[in-house]
Order: sequence, then C-alpha cells, then structure tokens
Amino acid sequence: MRHGRYRFLIGALAPPLLLYGVFVVSPYAQAFYLALTDWDGLSAEAGMVGLANFADLWSDPLFLAALRNNGIMLVVVPTATIALALFFAACLTLGGGTKRRGVRGSGLYRIVYFFPQLLSVAILGVLFQFVYTPGDGLLNGVLGAVGLDGLQRAWLADPATALPAVTAVMVWSAVGFYVVLFTAAMESVPTDVVEAATLDGAGRFTVFRRITLPLVWDSVQVAYVYLGILALDGFALVQIMTVGPGGPDNATEVIGLTLYRAAFTYGEFGYASAMGVTLFFITLTLTALALRATRREKVELA
Amino acid sequence: MRPNGAKPRLTDAALHLVLAVWALLVTLPLAWAVLSSLKTDAEIFASPWSLPASPQWGNWVRAWQEAQIGRYLLNTLIVVGGALVLVMLLGALTAYCLARYDFPGNRVIYFGLVAGMLFPVFLALVPLFFVVDQLGLLGTYHGLILVYAAYALPFTVFFLHAFFRGLPAATAEAAFIDGCSHAGVFFRVMLPMARPGIVSVGIFNFLGLWNQYLLPLVLNPDPDRYVLAQGLAALAVSQGYRSDFSGLFAGLVIAILPVLAAYVLFQRQIRAGLTAGAVR
Repeated sequence: MRHGRYRFLIGALAPPLLLYGVFVVSPYAQAFYLALTDWDGLSAEAGMVGLANFADLWSDPLFLAALRNNGIMLVVVPTATIALALFFAACLTLGGGTKRRGVRGSGLYRIVYFFPQLLSVAILGVLFQFVYTPGDGLLNGVLGAVGLDGLQRAWLADPATALPAVTAVMVWSAVGFYVVLFTAAMESVPTDVVEAATLDGAGRFTVFRRITLPLVWDSVQVAYVYLGILALDGFALVQIMTVGPGGPDNATEVIGLTLYRAAFTYGEFGYASAMGVTLFFITLTLTALALRATRREKVELA
Repeated sequence: MRPNGAKPRLTDAALHLVLAVWALLVTLPLAWAVLSSLKTDAEIFASPWSLPASPQWGNWVRAWQEAQIGRYLLNTLIVVGGALVLVMLLGALTAYCLARYDFPGNRVIYFGLVAGMLFPVFLALVPLFFVVDQLGLLGTYHGLILVYAAYALPFTVFFLHAFFRGLPAATAEAAFIDGCSHAGVFFRVMLPMARPGIVSVGIFNFLGLWNQYLLPLVLNPDPDRYVLAQGLAALAVSQGYRSDFSGLFAGLVIAILPVLAAYVLFQRQIRAGLTAGAVR
C-alpha cells in the first residue's frame, strides 16, 4: 500500500532542507566562528583573536550608545504599546452596557486601527521623516494650528527628541495589531462570567482588572515577546529617518546599525559578527526572562 | 444588571471620544501624505492643511516614471511573488511530511527548522552576504527569492505542521487504498484540506516579505533591481536633495496604495491571518 514512501520523503524534504542549510544554518554557524576572528573580508585567512572582539565591544562608545538606546526602546515600546492596546481593546469590548457587547462601530475602529501594521518599515520611515520635518512637517503644523507653537522643534535633529520620535513611530504602527489581538481574546471571555460579576456589584474597571485581564494574559505575554524583539531591532526606521544615520550625536544609534556599519562600511566582519552573537544572546535571555516574569498562575475556566 | 439608562450612554460617549482620537492619529499622517501628493511644492511649504488649488496628478506621473516607482513595484512583485510561491510549496510539503510521516530524524529536522525562528537575522547577516556572493547570486532576482524563501521557511513549517496534524487521517487512508501515490495524496487530498491554514500563513508571509528592508539592502545592490523599500529610501534622499517633495509624496502614496486596496478588499482575512500567526 505505501510503497515509495522513502522515495517520496527524500524527494519532498531534500530541496527545502538544502535551501535552509545553505542560506540559514550555515550563515548562523559561520557567524559564531567569525566572531572569534579579525576577518576583513579580503584576506584568505582569518586570524583567530579569541574573545578580543567581545572585549572591544564594551569599550566601543558607538556600541554602548546602541545598547543604551535599544535598552530604552525595550522598556518603552512593549510597555506603551501593550498599555494603549489593552486600553483601546477594553474600550471596544466593555462599552455598550452589558447586553450588547462592544461599543457601536467597534468593527470600523478595528479596521482603521489595524492598517498601520500593513505599512512596510521603509514607508513608515519615509512618511514619518516628513511628519517630523521642521518647516513643513505635519507635527509642527498641528502644533502650530492648536496654538502650541512653543513646542515646535526639529524633532529628528535634536538629540533630546530624536529617539522618542523614532520610538513613537514603532508604537504608532504596532498598537492597532495588538488592539485586534486583545479584542479577539477579550471577546472570548464568556458573557455569563462578566454578568455574574456585574450582578455582584463590580464596576467596569473591576471587571476589567479582575476578570478580563487575567483571562487574556496569554496574549499579553505573547505581545511582550514580539514587541521586545521589535524594540531590539529598529534598524530600518533609524537608517531611513535619522541624520547620520544614528544621530544626532549617536542619540538614535541601534545595535543593528552599528553592526551593519562595522561590516559593510568598515569591513570589520569579525567584529560585526561578535555584535551579532551578542545580540543573539541578548534576545535569547530576554525571551526567556519575559516568559518567566509574565508567567502567572494560569487562570482557566472550567 | 444595569439598564441601558443615562449613565452607560454617557460613558459610551466618552469611550467614543477616546477611540476617535486614536483613529484620527492613525489616519492623519496618511491623509496628509495623500493630500501632499496632489499639491505643488509651493503649496506644501505654505501650509500642511491647505487643499491643492488643482490636483497635481503630474506628481504621480513623475514618481512613476522618473523616480522609477513603477520599476521598483515590478521588482518587488517578482521577488515577493516568487519567494511566496516557493516558500508555500516547500513549507507545506515539509510540514506535511513531518506531521504525517514517522521516520528516523523527524523530530531533529522539525526542531532544527523551528529553532530558526529564535535567531535574529542580524546574526546571519555577514556570513549570508558572503554565501550569496560566492554563489554568484548577489543582486539577482533568483538570489533574493531563494534567501527570502529560506528565511520564511521556519515559521511556515511551524504553522502548517500543527495544521496538518489536525487533519483527519481517514481521507488520506481512503486515497491510498484507491491507489493514489504519496505525492498524489499530498497535492490532491491534503493540500486542499489545509486551505485555510495555507491562506493564513500565505498572507502572513506576503506581508513579511513585502516589508523586507535589511535583506535587500545587503544582498541587492543593483539600483535597477531595487525593491520598493530600497527605492523609497533612496528616493527620500535624492528627491530631498532636489527638493521635489510633491514627487516624493506621490511615490509614497503609490507604494501604500496596493496594500491599502488589498486591505479594503480582504480586511477580515488579513486581520485573521496575521493575528492567527501571532498566537501560534
């Protein structure tokens, strides 16, 4: 009945595994090796330097600036995005009294909120570069229109506002996706539980904190990990939007940019690989930590 | 239970106000870009709000032809389309074999593939550049297609593996008894049954690949083969120097339109597909 089983399996699995091996596994494996060398991309032989590249990283002001900026984004992006998304999702589902669930027009809000998720980072970068432009940009235009001329500034040229400006774009584009994700999770909270709590005198806020939030915690946890990975990147936005890029004054330098520049501008391929390895361990540690820290006693409905 | 009296209606109004503010924040930059793409440069400088005296469709023509947005769009469609077909075919096949066949090494291959999702692409960047270079694939369509497909493979396999697992075994058994070959069972029986999963992961992959910036930046140096993301970034620099802002806005809007059109038509499927991808 099942003759030719192995012939089929080999025929089916060989092409994808070859592709994966050549373009994914082998580069990853080589990166760990290259990180221990001083290879410049030209010489045939790469000299082993041990852990010297890693030692150099900690006295490289550019890398340290990048680490600091990614660290700030790592705190701000997930926290702000999740807080806003939970808030809007709660507004969408808790409104309209207890009988009809969700405010009127919640479908339309969801459609609009989600759209930025579909814009590619390049589009976001170019669009917001112009939103922040000093002269004819949208942000300064809005501030001028509402009489807040005093707040107008060259957002991306000022070291104090450049990083917040880039971070805001990340949050702006991500919120809608998580609103949709959280709304779906909140809608699967059974109505009778909410009704029972309301009968017992719980207000909307108590219902949200004591019932809805624990039941959607799984989605929040997933969101945290995804947004953390997003915040550790930031390369495309910074490369397109900021002066330098990475400026002014290294205010928006991110690890990806430092790595890209070390490799493809200065030809320090070994050093760049060491940054890649460091980034990998940071990602791995943070994912593990996030999953641990947000682990709560699992709430299950019988 | 609280009757739908005065109080809920009041809070509903407050909720609408809050929700509308964010809706405005989301739409304003996009509406502004569309508006600016139809103005002259002088009008753009004069005020961000003003309506164009007469719509300047010439901006769009200039962006399409001179700034080569049309060419970048075509390049993107070739690369993303090719990679999408390739990764869906290989990914579905791999996921199906791993989910429905028991053979030595099955788990090793599965975990090896899924582990690919844990690694940041930046880690592979330097060696990947040299691998692609040595294969003579730098700056070619097929090189970019192969790399795109390879990096989209882990998630595709991960997602579809669960899907093929959940399909009933009886139909496949019946097809085998009727003399269907292994490949025949996959293409004629299992693949059609996995359609919803294929659509979800297909949408997810399409947007992921459409979004790519880092990989083409490193692997696709030839300006004639630039994908849209690269083209736009380059345009922002060059048009900025020539201060042809209206042309730049037109290029930006042209780049947004295909996704917007697809979203208007398939918004439900797109939202479902993307969020399904996140919870897995």
